[in-house]
Amino acid sequence: MNFDPRFSGRQFASVGTRPIRPDGVDKVTGRARYGADFNMAGQLVGRVLRSPHAHAVIKKIDTSKAEKLAGVKAVITAKDLPDLTDGDAAMYDILDNCMARKKALYDGHAVAAVAAIDARIARQALKLIEVEYEVLPHVTDVDEAAHHHAPLINDQVFTEGLEEKPAKPSNVTKRTQFGHGDVHAGFAKADFIVERSYKTEQTHQGYIEPHACVASVNPDGTADLWVCTQGHFVYRQHCAQLLGMEASKLRVTSSEIGGGFGGKTHVWAEPVALALSRKAGRPVKLVMTRDEVFRASGPTSATSIDVKIGARKDGTITAAEATLRYSCGPYAGSWAEIGAMTAFACYKLENVKTVGYEVLVNRPKTAAYRAPSAPMAAFAVESAVDELAHELGMDAVDFRIKNAAQEGTRASYGPVYGPIGIGPTLEAVKHHPHMKAPLKANQGRGMACGFWFNFGGQTCTDLNIGMDGSVSLAVGTVDVGGSRASLSLVAAEELGIDYSHVKAIVADTSSLGYNDMTDGSRGTFSSSMATISAARNAIKILRERAAQMWDIPVEDVTWEKGHAVAKGEKYGNLSPLSLKDIAAKSGTTGGPIAGHSELVADGAGVSFATHICDVEVDPETGSTRVIRYTVVQDAGKAVHPTYVEGQYQGGAAQGIGWALNEEYIYGKDGRLQNAGFLDYRIPVCSDLPMIDTQILEIPNPNHPYGVRGVGETSIVPPLAAIANAVSNAVGVRMTHIPMSPPRILAALDAEREG
Amino acid sequence: MVEVTLWGSLSAVAGGKARHDIEAKDIRELFRKLAEQYPGIEPWIDRGIAVAIDGTIYRDTWSKELPKDAEIFLLPRLAGG
Repeated sequence: MNFDPRFSGRQFASVGTRPIRPDGVDKVTGRARYGADFNMAGQLVGRVLRSPHAHAVIKKIDTSKAEKLAGVKAVITAKDLPDLTDGDAAMYDILDNCMARKKALYDGHAVAAVAAIDARIARQALKLIEVEYEVLPHVTDVDEAAHHHAPLINDQVFTEGLEEKPAKPSNVTKRTQFGHGDVHAGFAKADFIVERSYKTEQTHQGYIEPHACVASVNPDGTADLWVCTQGHFVYRQHCAQLLGMEASKLRVTSSEIGGGFGGKTHVWAEPVALALSRKAGRPVKLVMTRDEVFRASGPTSATSIDVKIGARKDGTITAAEATLRYSCGPYAGSWAEIGAMTAFACYKLENVKTVGYEVLVNRPKTAAYRAPSAPMAAFAVESAVDELAHELGMDAVDFRIKNAAQEGTRASYGPVYGPIGIGPTLEAVKHHPHMKAPLKANQGRGMACGFWFNFGGQTCTDLNIGMDGSVSLAVGTVDVGGSRASLSLVAAEELGIDYSHVKAIVADTSSLGYNDMTDGSRGTFSSSMATISAARNAIKILRERAAQMWDIPVEDVTWEKGHAVAKGEKYGNLSPLSLKDIAAKSGTTGGPIAGHSELVADGAGVSFATHICDVEVDPETGSTRVIRYTVVQDAGKAVHPTYVEGQYQGGAAQGIGWALNEEYIYGKDGRLQNAGFLDYRIPVCSDLPMIDTQILEIPNPNHPYGVRGVGETSIVPPLAAIANAVSNAVGVRMTHIPMSPPRILAALDAEREG
Repeated sequence: MVEVTLWGSLSAVAGGKARHDIEAKDIRELFRKLAEQYPGIEPWIDRGIAVAIDGTIYRDTWSKELPKDAEIFLLPRLAGG
């Protein structure tokens, strides 16, 4: 990487201000185009036939009647998506998830699809497809699936990571372990030990916009895909590989996105739409219904976690241990592994051990959800930490401060930390007025900490300066949270011009080099680094052009506050040239002026947050209301503070829904019972208080402006913070998420009955 | 020579040892030497391994130099949301 990413400690003119986002007017007036808003002449309507069974062999599919229906232009099954994955197991799983090949592995698994001239005919055609199933025993519960007598979902799976290769197949695909020291010796030194088991139910990312795309395969084999995604370059790679195309022949354009949160990092409908279009010879639009979104896309893992923590009387934790079982859906994943890495990352521990088990179940393929796997682990660990503080008679914040990780601490997942922000967030919480506010009857306060890694990744950016001096910024990371505004601020800052002169767009896959997805809190971190690099490359050219205009050596030209300045007394009469002056002459000084950058943005730096929550629980109904909520998190440098606050609030809001209401409910038949927002209750504005935020700015040494990712960490503490608040309100330790009214009433009844 | 620590599951395919002394100037050479010594590691490298150098995690910069006195820790290459 020909770019120095180190933090420079500069003073900012644009970064840190709060201008209106460039996509704002279109979004509030309804002009913004989301996935389902795109249409092409002659497009067909795509629809998918899905398995009603949780686990079944597909013995036969007869599509002949559907194909004969007038208005039907294509019908496809797995035969139309041949296996081109060349031994790539992860891609094969994606292919099988897009269209079941031998077995339907969950309620909602796609088995066939049609393209017809309208939605009515497409629906009729689905009814004419005859599928012969052999229904198999199923398992949807993570603990039951891990048991040796559970129905096997894939008899080719033998648990990885065991000392000896197992003789029998299992639903447990992998065991992973992290830690250091000797936990047995550590627990022997403890005066108090808390040991509990916790469960969290499966939730969906809950994005308001369903998956939607329009695919158009041309007769010459090239294709276009217009899609709602968090990563159009990754979608291009996956679709091209699954369809047997060269990536450059498939142009993918990302739409505005109505929420993704990790759930739009994965192809589902897109290869199906492309296969339908290829067969029909016409564009195909495929939009999932809400029912399909719940049954067949997302969700996060359901978990079962055992935690044991011991401490001396003085409050020093002597040992900590956790066993984490995470559901993966019917395909292998690494979700428990992430939980095992993040579980104790907030603490300074001499003896720590975490073991993760990945478990197959007959549910949809697990997808990432905002700091994937970390909230569940944090719920279990932070609940036990809180309980241990109570047993020790220590304040919950002071206990955490005493044991918090700091620079030089060996992280529970392995390496030694550099400068980190857990301590400052705890100190900020300790002194926050929220902690001193009085509580009424049936109210309780809880707090909790959270950790997330944050990532960087491959990034490519173009910055073009028009002849009028305005700047076009083309980025390849999809804007999920206001990044076009943030990146425009960064370009304005670096060039020394006003924000209003910069227009940022998300370029399509044929217009820019490869970019990783907007995941791992990387969008602003990575693309701001590439934008700074591109702007600096443009400034180099601007200086060269100014030197030409003045007829002086370029070494004598510097760039200051948006102007080329001739340095040296001999140039005393030369007035500085603005970017606009230089751009106006670009046609005769060498042509267009642009800056390009391609880089790998590494060194994102880990992230910590601490949350405070007050709840009121109705003891008669078990209903819980969050009455006050505060997020404290380190942003490194808040490029656009309003959107940083938005990320903090959004994570907390999603965490509140997860903690109190949201849950996939399966019947005994293995079918999802609540595939809609009426029965799967996400919080709406009237359910939430104004979520207060406090941004800490501890610069990331690996970014020129000190930026850290901020998008994910905010969903890590809420489950635990709310569980601690509810437990304090009702006097009973809550160990099962969501803490829905029936679960709270059951816990109260159990307590009364002793 | 740098000392490299492998996370628990990876050490199982590296002779059961967590700590290894490797002569490597950068991440690319480190991966190559590890794969030469322990062929079982190769599929793990293909799936993705991140390298923490003094606590900073590098996922893709294989040209990153490994300072002699740095703490080097291998981790699974994770995904975010």
